[in-house]
Amino acid sequence: MKTVIAIRSQQRNLFAKLRDLNWFVIALIIIIASVGFTMLYSVSGGHLEPWAAPQMTRFAVGFVLMIIVALINLRWWMASAYWIYGGTFLMLLAVEIMGDIGMGAQRWLDLGVIRLQPSEIMKLALVLALARYYHGLTTREAARVRSLTLPLLLTALPAALVLRQPDLGTAVLITATGATVMFLAGVRTSVFVAGIAGVAAAIPMAWGMLRDYQKDRVLTFLDPERDPLGAGYHILQSKIAFGSGGVTGKGLLLGTQAQLNFLPEKQTDFIFTMLAEELGLLGSFSLLLLYTLLIGYAMYASLGIKNHFGRLLTTGLAATFFFYMFINMAMVMGLVPVVGVPLPLVSYGGSAMLTLLLGFGLILSAVLHRNTIIARGGAFTA
Amino acid sequence: MKATTRKNRPDRLKVFTRRAIIVASIKGTLIAVLASRMYYLQVIESNRFKKLADENRISIRLLAPVRGRIVDRFGEIMATNRADYRAYIIPEQTADVAATLDALAKIIPIDDGDRTRILATSRRQRSFFAVPVAENLSWDEFARINIASPDLPGVQPDVGTTRYYPYRDLTAHLLGYVGAPNEEEAGNDPLLHLPSFKIGKNGLERTFDAPLRGVAGNMKVEVNAYGRVIRELDQEQATPGAELKLTIDLGLQKFAAERISAESASVIVMDVHNGDVLAFASMPAYDPNDFNVGIRQDTWKMLLNDIRKPLVDKIVQGQYPPGSTFKMVVAMAALESGAVNASHEVYCPGKRRLGNHVFHCWKREGHGTQNMIGGIRNSCDVYFYDLAERTGVDAIAAMARRFGLGEAFDIGIPHTASGLVPSMAWKQKRFGVSWQKGETLIVGIGQGYILTTPLQLAVMTARIANGGYAVMPRLVRPKKESKPSRIEVSDYALSVVRQGMVEVTTSARGTAYGARITEEGYSMAGKTGTAQVRRITKEERAIRVIKNEDKPWIERDHALFVGYGPIDNPRYAIAVVVEHGGSGSKAAGPIARDVLLEAMRRNSARDPDAPTPPSSGIEV
Repeated sequence: MKTVIAIRSQQRNLFAKLRDLNWFVIALIIIIASVGFTMLYSVSGGHLEPWAAPQMTRFAVGFVLMIIVALINLRWWMASAYWIYGGTFLMLLAVEIMGDIGMGAQRWLDLGVIRLQPSEIMKLALVLALARYYHGLTTREAARVRSLTLPLLLTALPAALVLRQPDLGTAVLITATGATVMFLAGVRTSVFVAGIAGVAAAIPMAWGMLRDYQKDRVLTFLDPERDPLGAGYHILQSKIAFGSGGVTGKGLLLGTQAQLNFLPEKQTDFIFTMLAEELGLLGSFSLLLLYTLLIGYAMYASLGIKNHFGRLLTTGLAATFFFYMFINMAMVMGLVPVVGVPLPLVSYGGSAMLTLLLGFGLILSAVLHRNTIIARGGAFTA
Repeated sequence: MKATTRKNRPDRLKVFTRRAIIVASIKGTLIAVLASRMYYLQVIESNRFKKLADENRISIRLLAPVRGRIVDRFGEIMATNRADYRAYIIPEQTADVAATLDALAKIIPIDDGDRTRILATSRRQRSFFAVPVAENLSWDEFARINIASPDLPGVQPDVGTTRYYPYRDLTAHLLGYVGAPNEEEAGNDPLLHLPSFKIGKNGLERTFDAPLRGVAGNMKVEVNAYGRVIRELDQEQATPGAELKLTIDLGLQKFAAERISAESASVIVMDVHNGDVLAFASMPAYDPNDFNVGIRQDTWKMLLNDIRKPLVDKIVQGQYPPGSTFKMVVAMAALESGAVNASHEVYCPGKRRLGNHVFHCWKREGHGTQNMIGGIRNSCDVYFYDLAERTGVDAIAAMARRFGLGEAFDIGIPHTASGLVPSMAWKQKRFGVSWQKGETLIVGIGQGYILTTPLQLAVMTARIANGGYAVMPRLVRPKKESKPSRIEVSDYALSVVRQGMVEVTTSARGTAYGARITEEGYSMAGKTGTAQVRRITKEERAIRVIKNEDKPWIERDHALFVGYGPIDNPRYAIAVVVEHGGSGSKAAGPIARDVLLEAMRRNSARDPDAPTPPSSGIEV
């Protein structure tokens, strides 16, 4: 019976596959992205240029790529997981070395319409590689301490490279994503307790490694009034903008904090503040609800996926998406230090948009191919 | 193997499901944290943040009040505000500030100092703030800037107001002038930090600065994070300063100032009954309009170096020996002391000997025998040496004080001098040596230590003329009139000195007979005075006293005259001091006669609420 279903799914034609895509998830993605377009339209004072129009173009490109990724058989993604990770890691290393030896400090690859940062792709590649690794392990094997070596390396190496850039936000995202996948795969709870203790112990050491501006951000987070016109200015102005929105907001294009430039970086990291100021609590709650629906649906769908790789991939990517959202929102509301994480699908910027859409492509692929049974040994054995 | 796999699969799903539920719960919790934070910021703390957001965006701009006008007793304007044509540069509107300045310099003069200041300011402040380039442009220059504006990118013509004194130097020492406040004056008052705001710096402008200034209004504007004004939100008009009404009769003031002509002199006319100062002229003076925008260096130097001291208000700051104008005080002191009466006779041989010293009369050949009225009429020095010796310096000083000498009257003019009325105690305290009898004789003719200001002399004359009431001089009428108190002096003494003063101008032998009023229906009594600037040495006197006209200007005597009129029912008192003018009868008397006659003709002292002043004889 199961074999029959597997064969049938293999045999679906392109049209059938398109029909079977989860259009609820796709609709949510389009709605959230449209919220982003609207806010970018407001950032430029009621014009499509210079923010909204390019963002729409990027979304269109990313959307097509997402559908293509979704249609590709999950087996292929599993088979390619290590290759993708390896390739991404080499690219990351390359831009790092290039940055170090001064051949231009570009940390991205130019794909014409979109500039791609290897560190962004790494977030997906890491989930792919970890999902593949744990797909091949039994519960007992996954629980062994010995089995932790590879996942830790897979996570730590890119995180360390990204931290050197320095990009604290991405490093935190990579680490948190890796840890989530490991947790879902069944790594002992004691390991996480030890890990958290280890991180706590490493904080004083890490402090010394941070750049001055990073230290400043952390100190400012702990006490925003410390320097209200300097480093604390962003957090303070963001909170003022956020709170002054009230329940119903000041109206689109009418946010005084945003439109009069008191709010920094409003097209990228602080776009949620602008939304909150102009659309109020109704707006911020609505967007939070959309995100929750999207994440919740991915989590729910993962339970119906019949292969471990697909389950881990879906939940892992959902976690990445969640971390993006949480860190950004918490940051602009003054709950965590400013680390430079964009609001997923909303903030202006091509790299994060593409990464997230590709990630949803993978989720959609896993859901589309939920009935595919993949043997523990590998992609091609079933 | 197969069994293991089969057993394994549901196991793995079970672990995953359990863990996924844990992860979902954690996410749910964190999402709840986010939601509560939103609720906290946007609902609970919303009002506080709304206030902070408004504080961010709303900037309050002060609107300067219009300075109150200053008018004379009849409402004639003495100080007002007029349109001031200015030009600014807004650096962001031009590609090259220096090039724009070059183009502008072809229309209006821009010197190197201005240029440096403009360039430095435009670099220092945000590029959309206007930098003042020129103030007080003529209409012609202003029009040409407007016409050329297409070629002057960034230049902003503007019309503001500036203080204007239509009678320029004629009212300078009275009104003073306005200027930009210095840092100390500005303090924390934001109004005083407005770029073109001016405060009273001297004269009445300074004393009455507070009521003249008015109350600032404000304009609420919305600004962006860089301070650029986006739009106006609300406006509260400024309250203009109050109008200041003076006791001055502008027509008489102009007449007096112009009558002084090229002399270095001061004229003050007072109402003898209520103290209203009707004319207050100290010449030469400066043009107070020059000070509004910051006086030019060369103009300033010229004023400072002028030996006729145009920057000094001679009425209150000029301190002169009163000379013979002091003789009324000496006469009254002598009469009050009981030592003599008006029929007391003294023979004048032209000089008086005291110990080894010889004290001369101004008339070498002497006056012969005279009584007190004759002594005043002839201004005989020997007669007053005698009176002073009999009366003593302290009694003279007491009488002088009763008539206002030695007192710094507060009439609203800053830096009013108190003069000096010497006494025995004063000398002991000041120099540590005792008073000499010879010094009493010198004081008796208004020379020596004694110093008076023209204001004091006018007050003294007014008090003699009004029958011995301690009238106080004033430039602004108080809200409540108070009746002056009676001076401790007898009507008899007053009538004697008044009779003496009448004879000075009406008797053919009087020292000011030449300066008498000849017009029908008008009369004046007075007293001449000549104050030595330089002591006449024994050697000089032995040869010949050099005539004033032959001395260098700066060494010539000061000419004084005090008087009142009409004789029968005195209304006006006048004091005239012509610095280095020579003799009181020749230099000061005629000025006093003309000004006093003018005051009587104009009826200057009439009720200010009367409709229109007579127009006859305003011009010299």
